[in-house]
Amino acid sequence: MIDLSHFIELLTVLLLAIFVGFEVISKVPTTLHTPLMSATNAIHGIVLAGAIVITAALVGVGVSSTVLTVLAIAAVTLGAINVFGGFAVTERMLQMFKRKESGK
Amino acid sequence: MTVAVDLADLLAIALFIYGLHELNSPATARRGNRFAMAGMAIALVSILVRTEAVGWPLVLIGVTIGAVVGIVAALRVKMTAMPQMVALYNGAGGGAAALISTVEHSVTYGGAMNDVLAVSLVLSAIIGSVSFAGSIIAFLKLQEVMTGRPITYPGQQFVNAVVLLGIVALAVWFVATLGALPAWGYVALLLGALLLGVLFVLPIGGADMPVVISLLNSFTGVAVAITGFEIDSTLLIICGALVGASGTILTVAMSRAMNRPLTNVLFGAFGATGGMEVASASGAPQQIRTAGADDVALMLAYASKAIFVPGYGMAVAQAQHSVKALADQLEKRGVKVLYAIHPVAGRMPGHMNVLLAEANVPYNQLLDMDDANLEFPTADVALVIGANDVTNPAARNVPSSPIYGMPILDVDKAANVVVLKRSMRSGFAGIENPLYEMPNSSMLFGDAKASVDALTAAVKAL
Repeated sequence: MIDLSHFIELLTVLLLAIFVGFEVISKVPTTLHTPLMSATNAIHGIVLAGAIVITAALVGVGVSSTVLTVLAIAAVTLGAINVFGGFAVTERMLQMFKRKESGK
Repeated sequence: MTVAVDLADLLAIALFIYGLHELNSPATARRGNRFAMAGMAIALVSILVRTEAVGWPLVLIGVTIGAVVGIVAALRVKMTAMPQMVALYNGAGGGAAALISTVEHSVTYGGAMNDVLAVSLVLSAIIGSVSFAGSIIAFLKLQEVMTGRPITYPGQQFVNAVVLLGIVALAVWFVATLGALPAWGYVALLLGALLLGVLFVLPIGGADMPVVISLLNSFTGVAVAITGFEIDSTLLIICGALVGASGTILTVAMSRAMNRPLTNVLFGAFGATGGMEVASASGAPQQIRTAGADDVALMLAYASKAIFVPGYGMAVAQAQHSVKALADQLEKRGVKVLYAIHPVAGRMPGHMNVLLAEANVPYNQLLDMDDANLEFPTADVALVIGANDVTNPAARNVPSSPIYGMPILDVDKAANVVVLKRSMRSGFAGIENPLYEMPNSSMLFGDAKASVDALTAAVKAL
């Protein structure tokens, strides 16, 4: 399925993403570390896409196993919790961060 | 059509990275979160197109349950409980990765399995399970369902090593047979990884949670990235890598702030250093000075600069709103109020900042450790609210102290230090705090919220 040169392409992407990640995240101030964590919770919710792929594969090959169906739904549910919960709680936190009104 | 969905993925990736970039300032952070949301929406539509929505009823069931649970939890959670919440989210991501591997294993069993798939499948199953089980234990500790004290027993490291070796052996077997091992082998692998997750968090105490949560965050990122190799998706690889990098940066920052090398965190001398040793009490009772609320109020009201130093005690007492009320009273009298926040104050990175933001404290008054330490020498009063070890000058000048070398807030350099504390019990690390005996410091005993409220009332009455 995955040949070696494609695998190396994926590794290249991984490597670059790690560098970009370190660059971008290291500029986030300590004040925002909690919202950063919940935002990354939402972003690793992309695992939902993986759960959708695997559910499609399961249905596609016509495997009729109750256990596997339940596991696939559980994977989708957990991913969706990450996506919706993560973004919602981050939004809720970030709207509390206010600068001092320039009164004086 | 494939080109369109590929481009959609590319756009999603750009939005994720730009969204995270916008988190570099509180002024733009909300916009950043919105960008990431848009990226996620695009990515999810793209994946549905890619899979031609095969199995959509199952997906719909899962997404509906997940969306309801996720949003209700997000809207209801108290800010003091954010660490637990993030622990659960970490666990959910890890659990999903492990479940995907399990289903994938059964679907491709014996058929299209190759070595790249076998390796990524088994790795994401293991790391995802460790993250899932570890996060559940972290949640139970933070929620105080189980004790926050480290749980240790003789031979702990040995047991962990045996479990780890067992997992490695099963993983090697899995890869060698390209996944064609008996079902019990795979189940044992999953159970072993879950057990390892439990065992690895058990010996870690409550105050060390900022490190653990960050580490589990990065584990989940890694598990998701590996899942990307499993299903051949650059989207998952990139998102997983971003989260893994974030978790790693926070882990390093937290362990540095606790003066514990990362290797020490990862390979578990935690149990030994983690506060079980109610250490080296010198015997003689400390000579301390207590103050009444009226004295302290007078000191604060006539100060020109006061620095508040909140710690986990403030969170426990839910005193953030009271603290803000006191600050308002003082500011009305012309006192400049700042907040000094140690990186490991609270139970997760940035926890205090969120609590204070909730109480409407403007974020430009929140100082991180380095900036705060520049301010203490010119401050009239440092008001320590439920923080202990992070203010302990022994970390600076007593080489024999267990926390020697840990970066601290130099509250002792302020003209006056007032410590709000419930009792003379020592902090998490079980170490005496010589700060309390210094001539410029005095103690105000009581619940943090009650004490702060008393101070506010006393300032108002002046």
